[in-house]
Amino acid sequence: MAKESFFSSSIGRKLIVGLTGLFLISFLVIHVGINALILLNDNGETFNAAAHFMSHFWLIRILEIGLLVGILIHIALTIRLTIENRSKRPVQYAVSAGNANSKWYSRSMGVLGSLLLLFLVVHMSDFWWATKKALYITKEADNPYEQIITTLSNPIFLVIYVIGVFSLGFHLLHGFPSAFQSLGLNHKKYTPIIKAVGTAFSIVVPGLFAIIALAVFFGLVQ
Amino acid sequence: MEHYNMNLTLKVWRQKNSNDKGGLETYQVKNISSEMSFLEMFDVLNEQLISEDKDPIAFDHDCREGICGMCSMYINGRPHGPWHATTTCQLHMRAFKDGDTIVVEPWRAKAFPVIKDLVVDRAAFDRIIQAGGYVSVNTGVTVDANATPIPKSDADKSFAAAACIGCGACVAACKNSSAMLFVSAKVSQFALLPQGQAERESRVLDMVAQMDKEGFGSCTNTGACEAECPKEISLENIARLNREFAAASLSSEE
Repeated sequence: MAKESFFSSSIGRKLIVGLTGLFLISFLVIHVGINALILLNDNGETFNAAAHFMSHFWLIRILEIGLLVGILIHIALTIRLTIENRSKRPVQYAVSAGNANSKWYSRSMGVLGSLLLLFLVVHMSDFWWATKKALYITKEADNPYEQIITTLSNPIFLVIYVIGVFSLGFHLLHGFPSAFQSLGLNHKKYTPIIKAVGTAFSIVVPGLFAIIALAVFFGLVQ
Repeated sequence: MEHYNMNLTLKVWRQKNSNDKGGLETYQVKNISSEMSFLEMFDVLNEQLISEDKDPIAFDHDCREGICGMCSMYINGRPHGPWHATTTCQLHMRAFKDGDTIVVEPWRAKAFPVIKDLVVDRAAFDRIIQAGGYVSVNTGVTVDANATPIPKSDADKSFAAAACIGCGACVAACKNSSAMLFVSAKVSQFALLPQGQAERESRVLDMVAQMDKEGFGSCTNTGACEAECPKEISLENIARLNREFAAASLSSEE
């Protein structure tokens, strides 16, 4: 029989979705870690120093390209998978008791991912683009701390951020353990640990992002 | 449990043939005993339809003991109905109460086209098995059963995977119509045993290729299949299939 290529097979593609997902998760740890420096309440001094390091260190610059590639692969593969999977049931059920056998967020990864993507577009255009513009085009010294304070003081942006964080939390709640399963890592001893760490991660990381945003909005960070 | 009789409203999918559009028809059944199986209730309904000179409802069934994998009804939004780890034939009417409305649909998947009413064509599963779900054994003298040592935990896991009856509830339950639980059970039962080693790599590659070709969706780990499987096939098998497939793809020389 003609062999299917690994990258065109359903399993191969899911494995790459899992790998890129875990890579993006590792980025979140750094991102939230640096953001949390805002809570030091030192007028953004430490945070700005960290942000400056991140935007100037060559290794991070290379990793940033990797991150972008990772996001694009993750999005391209999942959009294709979602469209394909939808086509596999041409006639829908009249009654579907979805919650009886699975979690709503596990079934809604496409929607949660799309919300995240919309959030990312807004997020990149105000923070990432501003940093890049200051760095390469206007060559001004930028102050990401100032920018966070300005952006998040706007209630519209706060709402967008909260929606983003909400989508992230539930996307991670399914995605974190699911990535390990797609990589074939399911073990009697370790899977319960992976699930527990995944749940904690999905609460702590988006929670921290939300706390920072709310703290800025309510003026707790000066 | 106390015996009782019930009157029910049934909404059943009727479809003349694979080209017919089909639709839900409403039927009333009276005096259904709580001791009946779900299929016996359908027998009563069909007797009623025959006596009214109407076409009886076509549905798959064979052993009615929960081991053949033929019955395949999607009852009130769940494959094989509300009971855990139970096939439709083993679902009893005591799962319902007097006055209930029950919606019965066929498995819905592109790879499982409806033949008539509640009967779907599950030959796609047969073709996946034909692609590699077997062990080639040359004939010869009978080998002593204990000549090949097998760890107890491997034997248990293999046996648990082999419990799959190929009913297709996993596909029916999955929002992606994925056949991963079925294929993973069939791959696992051999991959865990010494007898399955000879064809281990070609088996997983061929079966997954056939699965994709048949038009099943891909797994997104929602776990609906495991929750609805009448034989409680574990998601561990899907992880094993992912592992087996990745390893075989990597080392394959083709």
